[in-house]
Amino acid sequence: MSLIPGLAVAYPELILAIGALALLVWGAFAPKTYILVGWAAVAVLIGAAVMAATQPFGRAFAGGLVFDAGAAFAKVAIYVASAICIPLGQRWFQRRGVINFEFPILILIAALGMGMMASSGDLISLYVGVELHSLALYVLAAMHRDNARASEAGLKYFVLGALSSGLLLYGASLIYGFAGSVVFSDIAVAVKGGAHVGVLFGLIFLICGLAFKVSAAPFHMWTPDVYEGAPTPVVAFFAAAPKLAAMVLFARVLGQGFAGAVPQWQQVLVTIGLISIAVGAFAGLAQKNLKRLWAYSSIANIGYALLGLASGDAQGVQAMLMFMILYMVDVTGFFACLAALSRQGRSMETIDDMAGLIKEQPGIALAMTAFSLSALGLPPFSGFWAKFYVFKAAIHAGLAPAAVAGLVGSVVAAFYYLRLIKVMWFDAGVGATDKPPFEARFIGVALGLFTFPVVWVALHWLDPLAATAAHAFGLV
Amino acid sequence: MTGILSLTTFAPILGVAAILILRFFGRTDDPKTVGAAKWIALVTTLATFALSVLMLLRFDPNLPGFQFMEDAPWFAGLHYRMGVDGISVLFVVLTTFLMPICILASWKSITTRVLEYMICFLVLETLMIGVFTALDIILFYVFFEFGLIPMFLIIGIWGGARRVYAAFKFFLYTLLGSVLMLAAILAMIQIAGTSSIPALMVYKFDPGLQTWLWLAFFASFAVKMPMWPVHTWLPDAHVEAPTAGSVILAGVLLKMGGYGFLRFSLPMFPHASLQFTPLIFALSVIAVIYTSLVAFRQTDIKKLIAYSSVAHMGLVTMGIFSGNVQGEEGAIYQMLSHGVISGALFLCVGVIYDRMHTREIAFYGGLVNRMPWYAAVFMLFTMGNVGLPGTSGFVGEILSVTGTYSASTWTAILATTGVILSAVYMLTVYRRVVFGEITNQKLAAITDLDWREVVIFAPLMVATLVMGVVPSTVFNVTQASVDHLTAAYRAAIGG
Repeated sequence: MSLIPGLAVAYPELILAIGALALLVWGAFAPKTYILVGWAAVAVLIGAAVMAATQPFGRAFAGGLVFDAGAAFAKVAIYVASAICIPLGQRWFQRRGVINFEFPILILIAALGMGMMASSGDLISLYVGVELHSLALYVLAAMHRDNARASEAGLKYFVLGALSSGLLLYGASLIYGFAGSVVFSDIAVAVKGGAHVGVLFGLIFLICGLAFKVSAAPFHMWTPDVYEGAPTPVVAFFAAAPKLAAMVLFARVLGQGFAGAVPQWQQVLVTIGLISIAVGAFAGLAQKNLKRLWAYSSIANIGYALLGLASGDAQGVQAMLMFMILYMVDVTGFFACLAALSRQGRSMETIDDMAGLIKEQPGIALAMTAFSLSALGLPPFSGFWAKFYVFKAAIHAGLAPAAVAGLVGSVVAAFYYLRLIKVMWFDAGVGATDKPPFEARFIGVALGLFTFPVVWVALHWLDPLAATAAHAFGLV
Repeated sequence: MTGILSLTTFAPILGVAAILILRFFGRTDDPKTVGAAKWIALVTTLATFALSVLMLLRFDPNLPGFQFMEDAPWFAGLHYRMGVDGISVLFVVLTTFLMPICILASWKSITTRVLEYMICFLVLETLMIGVFTALDIILFYVFFEFGLIPMFLIIGIWGGARRVYAAFKFFLYTLLGSVLMLAAILAMIQIAGTSSIPALMVYKFDPGLQTWLWLAFFASFAVKMPMWPVHTWLPDAHVEAPTAGSVILAGVLLKMGGYGFLRFSLPMFPHASLQFTPLIFALSVIAVIYTSLVAFRQTDIKKLIAYSSVAHMGLVTMGIFSGNVQGEEGAIYQMLSHGVISGALFLCVGVIYDRMHTREIAFYGGLVNRMPWYAAVFMLFTMGNVGLPGTSGFVGEILSVTGTYSASTWTAILATTGVILSAVYMLTVYRRVVFGEITNQKLAAITDLDWREVVIFAPLMVATLVMGVVPSTVFNVTQASVDHLTAAYRAAIGG
């Protein structure tokens, strides 16, 4: 059927790669049609998502690329989340006089890299995937290139990202040196019945490198600055899909490569998870800029996802997947709302800008309230179910003290979410806002409706899907 | 009759939908729209009350178990389970009974963002009924916790000067308690392998584990109740909340704590309950005596009633953990009676606050000269709060103290002083506000109750007196369930 055996496994990647290159050519020759390029990129992403949802499972390139239920689940989510950000970003850049056709193409390339991360079966494709998506993200962060803060964000992101890639590579080479293979399944054999200290050393470096990518404390320093400086729709993008990709990669490495060393990496994950929750909760209290605030909120939320993964069993992986999917809705939705808001052409980014928003923009304000309460984990919003899965898995794995600490951390974080709601609902308005662009408002409100009540229906099919996906990661 | 519970629980949501439709087609500042929203809210709450009365009439009081059960599978092994027994059914009726009164009480005093206000109250009603009818522990938690949001908004948007502080304090205190409860709930689901409340009630948890689970539930219910020393959010919340918010807070939300102790702590963790009974008794006695003394020193009428609520709830916790039928019956009775009486007292404060916009006791005096009807109404509820025989307050107090007496004599003796102290502060405040000559000239033109206020107070007065004179109306319903609960508790602790 296919020219090279096993190439079928890489169909989503091929669609994205060919699509990105074709659109690059299109954009270079007809730059004025950049809006069309964007919609074409959306179509490419949807095509890749459909392909990922329907194609048969398999392995290719000597185990380097794995396509299983876990990869399918992650890829569909990653591609859809990426597609949402394209119309969001194009209108945002258009309103600020920045005309570029590269934006959707970079998102395609990032999505390609993220798909590889979700599918990686050895350390080589792990690194290629991580680098491919990271490089696209660095450029995206600096996309608003006349803006000094955006350039600063891009540079900061690049330098610190390069550092983390170094850690990642160092860890990978140590693991290769001591385990004798780069393929996860071979590493698993080497680790079985007690890992060599060199392998564990490598694993720690690998975890540190990935922790950088998911912005888990204490490797989170870049996050607030990059979130603040980067264009809002770009933040909507890289606060969601890349985090999921990196978490799935985490699960893949730890599950398929290091299932024999669960007790070792469990304590590492619990530690960075709890530090993240604490940092996210306490440092968030002092923030006045909403993008920085949500950067800290994302640090805390990644902490919860890591806590779920730390359970070290299939239930934990399922919890992590559910948590990330539901959290992605919150964070994308929140930044979509933020991207929709402006006052006399100026972006509204501080908490005080939101005063009395419920009267000015009731739909957006309601959606932002829903996202905040959801990120806080209050029922009936989707975030409650996210935390429900994580803490259930953690308690199941005997991590009850960590679960209680995490829950108490969410009470601290509650204060800053409530403050935002207080400003929007209780305070008097500070002037009229501009008419929000249709795309951003639509995305914000639709995702807001997802957090409640749509999630109550969606969980019926998300729950079994995530359960099937979780079993693909080699943990039982 | 299956389905009536879901219908009662979610009936207020129909009103919300109607108001939302109104919101999309009308202007929010149009008096006609606002008036229509008020009527929609009133009709919805009355219809919900009618449904709950219908349910009560169909309720078979001879059965100790749950009735009107509904069960539909959900996801992740959870179920949508509903049902009521003799303990919860009356709390449902209390909620639906107070709700139309709250809507009427807000008829004129709420002038801004009326549509949102009515939506908040209707949503809150659904959630409060849901807390009492949910039979799946996660469903219960969802209702229990979701209720924070509308109450937060009610205090924060329509409250007094320090409303933001009060709203945050209310929210964060309650949230901290409930997240600990959530951890315990997840652990229970893990261990027992079910989230069904009836199944968990008969599951035997390991006694060592019970201690932890009990403490986690205690963290939540003690804050909600509220027990000394975690009661400090209540006076702030009460003082800042609009009148109807205070009524709901005192009338229903506080009862969730007591209901939780009865539904979860006692049957699910009997060993831990027995072990911690001395702690509960000690905290209850402190609550009764200390907060009564604090109440006596208040200058703000609402704050005084708030502290008096804490003291009365002390009697409730005492009764619940006495572990005998009188104590439990007394506690339930006291909760129902306090729901009516304290609600009515907050409404009494609301009447003069609407006219004078102050709650300072010193501002008033001699109201009886201008407001004789008001004075009579206020007198009845004052006496009810003191626990005068013939009012509902008496039955609850005497039973919970009697029940406690057989469990711990000294606790009961100390608690009785609370009854005296409540007479001291209630009669003092009544004398200072109502009796005497009018010295403050601003009061010269104050008007007596209008027809709307009479309509509000009439059902509350009837309830207070009927429950005071014919307590069997309540006991007939609760008897079988309470007997069952107590017998199971006694069997579990081996006494």
